Amino acid sequence: MRDVAVVSFAQAPSRRRVPEQNEVEILMPVVAEAVERSGVPREKIGFTCSGSCDYLAGQPFAFVWGLEAIAAWPPIRESHVEMDGAWALYEAWVLLQEGEIDAALVYGFGKSSPGSIRDVMAMQLDPYYYAPMWPDAVSLAALQARALLESTDHTEREMAEVAARSRRDAKANPKAQVTGDFEVDTILAEPYIVSPLRKHDVAPISDGAAAVVLAADDLARSVSARPAWIRGIDHRIEPHGLGARDLTTSVSTAVAAERAGALDDKIDVAELLAPFTHQELILRDALNLKNGSAINPSGGALAANPVMAAGLIRIGEAAARITNGSADRALAHATSGPCLQQNLVCVLEGD
Amino acid sequence: MSKQLAAVVGIGQTKHDTKRDDVSIAGLVREAAVRALEDANMTWTDIDAVVLGKAPDMFEGVMMPELYLAEALGAVGKPMLRVHTAGSVGGSTAVVAAHLVQAGIHERVLTVAFEKQSESNAMWALAPKIPFQPTLVAGAGGYFAPHIREYIRRANAPEHIGREVAVKDRVSALKNPYAHLHMPDISMETVLQSPILWDPIRFLECCPSSDGACAMVMTSERVARGASKPPAWILGTAIRSEPLGMAGRDEVNPRAGRDCAKDVYEQAGITDPRSQIDAVEMYVPFSWYEPMWLENLGFADEGTGWKLTDDGVTALGGSLPVNPSGGVLSSNPIGASGMLRFAEAAMQVRGTAGEHQVDGARVALGHAYGGGSQFFAMWVVSSDAP
Repeated sequence: MRDVAVVSFAQAPSRRRVPEQNEVEILMPVVAEAVERSGVPREKIGFTCSGSCDYLAGQPFAFVWGLEAIAAWPPIRESHVEMDGAWALYEAWVLLQEGEIDAALVYGFGKSSPGSIRDVMAMQLDPYYYAPMWPDAVSLAALQARALLESTDHTEREMAEVAARSRRDAKANPKAQVTGDFEVDTILAEPYIVSPLRKHDVAPISDGAAAVVLAADDLARSVSARPAWIRGIDHRIEPHGLGARDLTTSVSTAVAAERAGALDDKIDVAELLAPFTHQELILRDALNLKNGSAINPSGGALAANPVMAAGLIRIGEAAARITNGSADRALAHATSGPCLQQNLVCVLEGD
Repeated sequence: MSKQLAAVVGIGQTKHDTKRDDVSIAGLVREAAVRALEDANMTWTDIDAVVLGKAPDMFEGVMMPELYLAEALGAVGKPMLRVHTAGSVGGSTAVVAAHLVQAGIHERVLTVAFEKQSESNAMWALAPKIPFQPTLVAGAGGYFAPHIREYIRRANAPEHIGREVAVKDRVSALKNPYAHLHMPDISMETVLQSPILWDPIRFLECCPSSDGACAMVMTSERVARGASKPPAWILGTAIRSEPLGMAGRDEVNPRAGRDCAKDVYEQAGITDPRSQIDAVEMYVPFSWYEPMWLENLGFADEGTGWKLTDDGVTALGGSLPVNPSGGVLSSNPIGASGMLRFAEAAMQVRGTAGEHQVDGARVALGHAYGGGSQFFAMWVVSSDAP
C-alpha cells in the first residue's frame, strides 16, 4: 500500500441554519483554508472528489455548484459521490494508490436547514415498502435504541453519559454547535422525543462543510512535520431491510475495522459518526473500544452534524490529533443509511 | 504500488423503454447486473465490490438509492460506492470501478448505472428554484439549443446535418434489440416534418426519455486472462470537469472535453484518433452533438466535423462508425446512458455487438458528458492487451 496522509483539514463552523449563505458560499473559504494550510501547491492537486446530497437543499446537482468553489480552471480531474465526504476521501485514496498523482482535495458539504431533515431522510428508504409510511429518521433510530436496550445490558444512563461527555468535550471545539455542561440526572429527567430517545440523544441539525487535502509519500513528508498516515481504510454495507439485520450490532463496522487493520493495535483516539447516543454504544462494541481510547474528543456528531460532511470531519479530527502529537494511532468512522446501514473505518497513524 | 491492467469481462443491459412498469427499480438494475454476471460466467459471490451510478436522485424520487439497492445488487457485506456526476455519470462510474481494479484494491468489481425516468419527471427535476438565479424551465434541450446554433454559425454547417444524424442513429438502433426506439420508417422527411422544440432542434432530433440500466464486470489482468469470453482491455480512462458559471468558457467546444480526450489518447498510445480508433460510442442527446463532439474529440478539425457525418463516414459501414448501437438518440436512461456508451464500446472490441458489430473493431472509444457541457468521462478499450 502506498503511503498516503491527511496533511490538512478545515471545516466551517457548524450552525443550526446559515440562511445568508448557500452551500457554495459556506464551502469556498473552507476549501481555500484546507488548500492553503496544506502547503501543497494547487497544481500538485491531481484529483478532486466531493460528497453531497441533492435532497438536503432540495435541488438537483448540488455538486455542480460546489465545483464553482474550487477554481476548476484549467479543467480538473474531478468526481463526486452522492455520499458523505468520507467516501469521497476513499475514492481519492484509491486513485492515489496508483502512483500517478501525489495529492488530492476532498470536500463534503450540506445544508440540512432548508427542509425538515428528519422527514427528508425517509426518502432514503425502500420506495415501495418503507418510504410510503414516512418513518422519520428519529423514529427509526428510536426503534434501534429500543432493541439495544431490551436485548443488551446497555442503559439509558449510558446514553445520557455519551451526550454529557460529547457536549462537554465540544466546549474545546470552536466549530461545534451544541456545547456545555449537562448533568446526566438532569438529562434523564427530560421527556422523550421518541421513546427511548430524549433531545440530548439526538444530533443537532447543522449546516456546514469540511475539506481535507491528501498527499502521498515524499510530498506529504515535505509539507507536514507529522503527516497523519492512512494505514487502512475500508467500508462495508449491510442489508437495507431493517428486519434483515441485527440492529443492535454493527457487523459492517466490525468487518471494515478488521480489513482496515484497526484491531491490530491500541487506538488512542476514535472519532465515531454516531448521530444518536445509542449508536456510539453499538459502534464501541463493534470496534471493541475499551478504556484508554478517547472517544469523540471533538464532541462528535452530537455536537455538530453537517450531513455529508460529518463523516469527513471525523477523519479530519482524527488526523488533526495525530498531526498535533496528541495521538499516535487514531480511528475515524463514518456511516450512511438508516440505523448504521453502511460504515467506513479509517486508521491513521503518526510516524 | 503501480497501476494495474484491468479489463471488462461481462456486460449486461436491460431492454430500454419509456416505462418499464414490469419491474421495480431493484428489478431493473438486477436485470442488467444478472446479464453482466452471466456474460462474465460469474455469480454474485465472485464480486468483491459494487459501484453504482445514476443522475439526480430526483429523477426517481429516491434519495441515495444505493442504500435500498444493496440487497438487489448483491452488495451486502461488500464495499458499495455511489457516483453522481450529472449526465456523464455512467461513464465516470465505470472509471471509478476501473480504478478499484487498477489500484489493486479489488479483482472483480460489478458496476451498474441506471435511470427509471418514468418514476418522476426529469423536466421538473431539472428546474430547481435557486435564489437569485433564473429558473431553467426549458429542460436540457432549451439549455443546449443556443450552443447548437452557435456551432452551426461557426462551422457554417448546412441544416440537414442534424437530420442525417437523427436518421443514421435510428437506423442503427434497428439492429440493437435493447434500444428503446425502433423506428423502421424514419427518414429525412419524417424528421423534417417533426416539430421544432427548441430552435433548431426538432422532436425527432432529440433523445427519448427511458427506463433502463447497464452493468459491467471489471477484473484484474489475472482474472481476465482466464475469462471464458474475450475481454475488453482498458487502455485508458479519463475524466475532466470545468465550472458551469465561468464567463468566457467555450460551451460549444469545451476545453474540459479536449483535455479529457488528450489525456485518454495519451494513455492509450493514440496519436491519430481518426485512423487508430475503429468505433466510437459518444454521448449525443441531440443530433447536432455528433459533429460537435467529433471536433471536440479530435476526429476532425474545428468547423469540419459535420463533413464526416455528411460523407457517411460515421454510419455503420463507414470508416469511423459513431454510435452503431443507436446511441443516446435511441435509448436514454440518463444515468445509464454514459455507461451504455462505455459498454457498447467494449462490446465492439469483444466482438459481441451482434447485428450492430463493426467489422474488425479492435480499438473503441466510449464517451460521456454532462452538466452544462462541463463534465467529461472517456475510455479507450481494445481487443488486445497493451
